[in-house]
Amino acid sequence: MEQFNQLSEISSNERLRKLMVGYYMKAKFSWLTRKKIAWITSGGPVEPLISMGITPIYPENHGAMIGARKMGPELSDAAEDLGYSRDLCSYFRCDVGSAVLKKSPIDIRPKFLGGRAVFGGGLPKPDLLVCCNNICGTVLKWYEVQARFFNVPLIIVDTPYNYDGETTEIIEYVTAQFGEMITQIEKATGKRFSEKEFIRVGELSDEAVNLWNEVLSICENVPAPMTCFDAFMYLAPIVTLRGTQEVVDYYKQLKVELQSLADRKISPVPEEKFRLIWDNLPIWFKMRRLSKTLANYGAVLVADTYTNAWADNDISVEKPIESMARVYATAYLNRNTETKIKNMVNLMNRFKADGFLIHSNRSCKPYSFGQLDIKDEVSRRTGKPALMIEADMCDPRAYSDEQIATRIQAFIETLKERKATA
Amino acid sequence: MITLGIDLGSNTVKTVLLRDGSQVIARSLRKGGHDMETVMNECLEEVYSAASGEKPDKIVATGYGRVSCKIADKEISEISCHGRGAYFSMQGARTVIDIGGQDSKAISLSDNGKVIDFVMNDKCAAGTGRFLEVMAQALQVQLVDFGDVSLKADRSVDISNTCTVFAESEVISLMARRESKENIIAGLHKAIAARVIAMAKRLRIEDEVAFTGGVALNSGVKRALESASGKSIKTPDHPQHIGALGAALFAFDMAKE
Ligand code: SF4
Repeated sequence: MEQFNQLSEISSNERLRKLMVGYYMKAKFSWLTRKKIAWITSGGPVEPLISMGITPIYPENHGAMIGARKMGPELSDAAEDLGYSRDLCSYFRCDVGSAVLKKSPIDIRPKFLGGRAVFGGGLPKPDLLVCCNNICGTVLKWYEVQARFFNVPLIIVDTPYNYDGETTEIIEYVTAQFGEMITQIEKATGKRFSEKEFIRVGELSDEAVNLWNEVLSICENVPAPMTCFDAFMYLAPIVTLRGTQEVVDYYKQLKVELQSLADRKISPVPEEKFRLIWDNLPIWFKMRRLSKTLANYGAVLVADTYTNAWADNDISVEKPIESMARVYATAYLNRNTETKIKNMVNLMNRFKADGFLIHSNRSCKPYSFGQLDIKDEVSRRTGKPALMIEADMCDPRAYSDEQIATRIQAFIETLKERKATA
Repeated sequence: MITLGIDLGSNTVKTVLLRDGSQVIARSLRKGGHDMETVMNECLEEVYSAASGEKPDKIVATGYGRVSCKIADKEISEISCHGRGAYFSMQGARTVIDIGGQDSKAISLSDNGKVIDFVMNDKCAAGTGRFLEVMAQALQVQLVDFGDVSLKADRSVDISNTCTVFAESEVISLMARRESKENIIAGLHKAIAARVIAMAKRLRIEDEVAFTGGVALNSGVKRALESASGKSIKTPDHPQHIGALGAALFAFDMAKE
């Protein structure tokens, strides 16, 4: 796992690495432990699975790893060869490509077997797929494709888009489905659901989410003790393992370490001149280059809408299923544009930002749709400028170094000019 | 005090030599090739000889080749340079539309000439000089004559493809259907203008619009931009040198310090 926080003081980085390697190793060897594997969308309800002893696996997290390892084009080509269009989400293309080619950054080659790839690269085969469309419509088709490929049951949780905010109808509709989903999971895996265990997991999940929120909030400090490039890495456990004690323990340690850096005004970018907010997914294959480019200008990404999408949770003891339904029905990407504008304005103010960078992501339509309006409106409300760059989270063929470098440079020049005249 | 601005564009190298941040001593422009450095040196010789051997105090480079320009004291993005140069050449300019060889951009300036916001075309040649170059080849009309030729059109045909490659085959089939070159060229101007204005509208297009870059020499595109935007648009003198001029002005700021 790549680390962007140059500060060697973050000793929890090693813990993070172990956590993630352990997670994928255990999942890969689930046939030994007889654990069931469920693939689940990144906005999907993970707590019931964990409470039932089922290991959740996130193809999107895998997609991020593929992107960071620059394997996107190769795996995407395999999907395109099957007839899937390059205009589809690159996470989907990479997932299909990885399943077909058995290629992946996850590739266990034990020494005692002479380093051969005996288990095949890629995610462990699923016993079940859980798809929640609170992030996009793509996942519906994606999971249908994979359900056919692996010949396993598919459970769909339908979460209507919150055009007018969260309505009682939506919450009731989603709550009903959650009840149904639990029965379906029981049937597909032979595991029993226990409300008591579920509440316990829900509480751990809440605790982790609150800690994650606190970790991100530390960047309100000037200078910020980390940048979003670090946060994109620190995000993995909250996505994949929230609801477990290990994750709570990890974020507790991270929080203490970051707070101590903040207290001593230590920052990974030597001279923090411009504080910026990032919108949309990271450009996984350009993390290093972009972090360097920005750092050279003294520009720091202090917060982003992406990692903050996991900083909101509230599963209550009294109404566990309904409160969970509310959390998942109102996921960030399922909310209307006005909510996104308000969220961005809020981040701009909270983190004392000088401007924001909008990644118009060729893959992720629901995230990129409406960004021009968001840009105009947030600029109007905050008086701060924004830069939009066109790219893709996993597919470098939709990215041009030269163009992005010029845009970032020009944007920084205008920020400088503004500061000089302010 | 003498300063120099170098604009290393995708097609051409431009230089402007400036005295005291106000008076242009000499300009040069040469077609670039794979050997940018040689071309640049030829440009430099040309402008230096006009200054009878006097060497610049500071040099600023801009354009796609700016990062690899070894003689420059500083490199500044083409956005800032075009904004600066356009405001200098046309006092009061608030919107700059620049169409160069491989990119097009729109820049919003504040009332004192500072860049507020900008947009650039992305990964597509449709709204750039390259689009017209390709069409000039297909039509076998010299690019420099495009403006005049389009004046003689009795109508402008609709070019429905935005993609440069598809538009080229569209042009070829229009010729096969005996559509006049004049009308086709007027149609091409309309197509490029529609594309660029759509992009510029992401910003606000103000009343004081300066049109710069190599394509600004084409009066047909200027007219098409005017009708697409509903604004009267001015082309400053030497529109191709605006970026280099801006760079020379930034160099003057540095030299003063
Ligand atoms: S389209 Fe966006 S939300 Fe949907 S799977 Fe792809 S990246 Fe995730």
